[in-house]
Amino acid sequence: MAYSPHTDADRQRMLAAIGVASVEELFADIPSSVRASRFELPPPLVEQETRAELSRLAALNHIPQLSFLGAGAYRHLVPQVVWEVIGRSEFATSYTPYQPEVSQGTLQSIYEFQSLICELTGMEVATASHYDGATATAEAALMACRLTRRHRIAISTAVHPQVRRALATYCSGLGVEIVEVAADLADGGSGLTPVEAAAGALGDDVACLVAQQPNFFGGIEPMAELADAAHAAGAQLVAFVEPVSLALLQAPATYGADLVAAEGQPLGIPLSYGGPYVGLMAAPMSAVRQMPGRLVGATLDGEGRRGYVLTLQAREQHIRRERAASNICTNQALCALAATAYLSAVGPAGLREVAELSTIQARHLAAAIESGGCGERRFSAPYFSEVALRVPNAARRYAVLAERGIVAGYPLGRDYPELADTLLLAATELTTDDDIERLVDALGETA
Amino acid sequence: MTVVEPLIFEASRPERRAVRFPQPSTAAREAAAGQPELPASVRRSGALHLPEVSELDLLRHFNRLAHLNYAIDLQFYPLGSCTMKYNPKLNEWAARLPGFAESHPLDPDELAQGSIALEWLLAELLKEISGFDAVSLQPAAGAQGELTGLLMTRAYHASRGEGAQRTRVLIPDSAHGTNPATATMAGYTTVTIPSNERGGIDLGALRTALGPDVAALMITNPSTLGIFEDQIDQVIAAVHEAGAIAYMDGANLNAILGRFRPGEAGFDVMHFNLHKTFSTPHGGGGPGAGPVGVSTKLEPFLPAPLPTLVEGDADEVRANAWAGRSTRGARWALDRDRPQSIGRVRMHTGNFGMFVRAYTYIRSNGASGLRTVSEDAVLAANYLRTQLADAYDLPYDRICKHEVVFSGRRQKREHGVTTLDIAKAILDAGIHPPTIYFPLIVEEALMIEPTETESLETLDRFVAVMHAIAQRAAESPATLKAAPTSTPVGRLDEAAAARRPDLRHRFETEVE
Repeated sequence: MAYSPHTDADRQRMLAAIGVASVEELFADIPSSVRASRFELPPPLVEQETRAELSRLAALNHIPQLSFLGAGAYRHLVPQVVWEVIGRSEFATSYTPYQPEVSQGTLQSIYEFQSLICELTGMEVATASHYDGATATAEAALMACRLTRRHRIAISTAVHPQVRRALATYCSGLGVEIVEVAADLADGGSGLTPVEAAAGALGDDVACLVAQQPNFFGGIEPMAELADAAHAAGAQLVAFVEPVSLALLQAPATYGADLVAAEGQPLGIPLSYGGPYVGLMAAPMSAVRQMPGRLVGATLDGEGRRGYVLTLQAREQHIRRERAASNICTNQALCALAATAYLSAVGPAGLREVAELSTIQARHLAAAIESGGCGERRFSAPYFSEVALRVPNAARRYAVLAERGIVAGYPLGRDYPELADTLLLAATELTTDDDIERLVDALGETA
Repeated sequence: MTVVEPLIFEASRPERRAVRFPQPSTAAREAAAGQPELPASVRRSGALHLPEVSELDLLRHFNRLAHLNYAIDLQFYPLGSCTMKYNPKLNEWAARLPGFAESHPLDPDELAQGSIALEWLLAELLKEISGFDAVSLQPAAGAQGELTGLLMTRAYHASRGEGAQRTRVLIPDSAHGTNPATATMAGYTTVTIPSNERGGIDLGALRTALGPDVAALMITNPSTLGIFEDQIDQVIAAVHEAGAIAYMDGANLNAILGRFRPGEAGFDVMHFNLHKTFSTPHGGGGPGAGPVGVSTKLEPFLPAPLPTLVEGDADEVRANAWAGRSTRGARWALDRDRPQSIGRVRMHTGNFGMFVRAYTYIRSNGASGLRTVSEDAVLAANYLRTQLADAYDLPYDRICKHEVVFSGRRQKREHGVTTLDIAKAILDAGIHPPTIYFPLIVEEALMIEPTETESLETLDRFVAVMHAIAQRAAESPATLKAAPTSTPVGRLDEAAAARRPDLRHRFETEVE
């Protein structure tokens, strides 16, 4: 075993103390009829061999020289100090803070995380984290079902397709039905969720409307009107949001969101082929007892020292078992710590700069592609940092560019047949003027 | 009120900052000006209260917080059921390789061959380890693996026209709380099956409960008592005879590597906890990863997409990878077209960073290493069982697997010292306490999982600490009630925290 501290003498001493002759006797309780007949794994490797193997695999990936791919996961700066914080062994190699006296580091950082998420969203309470944005949205929608005692969920088709798919999976066992509200994808359309269509889908059995801001196409949804439509039907608005955008865009509480979910990856978490990321969830205090997942609260010890504990645990699976608000146990604590360190590192001015630079470069990008004659905006609505562009022969040109290590965004035809000629391109603060020029040149060469 | 470490908000001063970003160029601004503006009505108004701190102040804040934590890298951490083994540093190096860390989950498959190959290879290793026919890495944690397993169970019964009739899931009373909570999320009713006097499942009660309305049995094996279910062959046979699915909670796989392969033994589905058995760090509560293995019967229903080898011979590719040779000629892709799939349970293909770490760990250990992992884990747990049996009650006194469950009932009855008091006294010895008050079927439970990476000296020191505490319980029980005294804070008022929830910092400028 690569990390064993035991010498043969140690093992003999333990066997003698236990009173058995060999380790085999300790496995005598496995019925012989079901013992492993094989275990054919590769031989052990020493460090230099392991390094070679992992380097070989990492080198099979071709990290693009130029990428405008976002679609829910974004290439942002991860400040070095964030890497340092999450690399601390005391955070990384501890577990769920069941013993608060020796877990104040983890607990206080979660309290700070909850405070930051409340501040970004304008909500009153935020959980300690969820697996990712999709599961946070699914759990929020199911929470709306519990709060309203209704069993249908309306969701806009301008919500990320993977989020919609995960929601459908989460609903499948519970008999909760999903009603889709078709976004306006017509030629020259807004690319947004039509308020009338949303209102029409909201029967008196619908628990919530799920909408995304900015939506999957980058467009700015009429969230206040969607909230009004939901409330008029006695339903809740579940807002799935992007956290960096909240430096510039209204806090969800301001436009009437009842529950908020988000994908926290943009907050200092590397792309890492899709995970681990972190799901964010926030709600009003009145709904706290229906919230899934861990919560940390402040309190005092016997000598009046401020400290933090896991609290309101009667909602959770280890206490409530089959009546729990969710089965979630292990969450994404270290990623939540990364988000906490990130938001502290960039501060209010830095987060605004990231958001502004991203939205300016997205518009710069769209303008350059349009003026270069390579494509045109597919939708009319204002957008944040991602823009859908109709590019003639998009599939072919996308493939040709990919071979050259250029990822021209996300081909929307994968999820929306009517958008087969449309690419979704994202910009962040890392997108330079030169990147945009090179993309326009490369697109021009494939015309 | 005394403050051990101020909140980062309390250390904030206007205009301080750690990270700066470039300004957009004039050309960018001018080009952008022709595009639709964000309407004023959707723009944020009012202050955004994020911390304003220098980089050094930020680093010191989090480093001081770090000092308030116990962690594996500092102390013995025998937290039962959590497998707090050493998290090798080489795994961290691998996960941060730029080729992995900068890989976008929606990159075209041709650009992400390394990521998909690693996922495929890890799935192949997990298949061999568990004896299952197929593996999905997608679930983010054990509990999500459970949900995935039960939703596949639903899909399986529905495909046979028995979806409506099979509404119940049988769960032993020793199970983790996640099992019944998962059953509810999957739309099932939980039926609790009692344990017998030996700590195993009551086979008679199981047989009585089984019937045409049962969808699955979820069983943790070895159980949360640290006991291998020695009638497991009969349990699986009975479940299958009733047409139900046999689900194994694989949380405790660390005890049986190379000895028992659940898929081979007849289980239909199991989740792995990569953060337990395969050494990925627990991160203060996560992230973990909860892949599921299934038999052919459930394979069509696995979550999509699935990493797949699309060019090259699987045996040859595996042989080359295992020998450290090039896998040139092999090509992988994500199989997104799985019509019977239950769908996604999350975004993308899973907690990839954890896959890199687990793969690194399995390759470092190899078959021989993993067998030794389990042998040493079981050896250590049994050593503690025999060394502490004179000081604490052992409700199930038999050979255990990776963990041993004692009871503090004697200390409670004779001296008024509870298991909570014992745990707090362990803190003062600089050791993280075992899991307490779980499993629920053991009164005043102390669930101890030493793992295989702790030296004999560490185990002996723990034994000495536990003996000393038992002695103090008898001689000066009041001193245990006062514990802990050496930690950054003392016992915290949890009742007050729940009664008047204070779940966030409030800024002075806020209007309440």
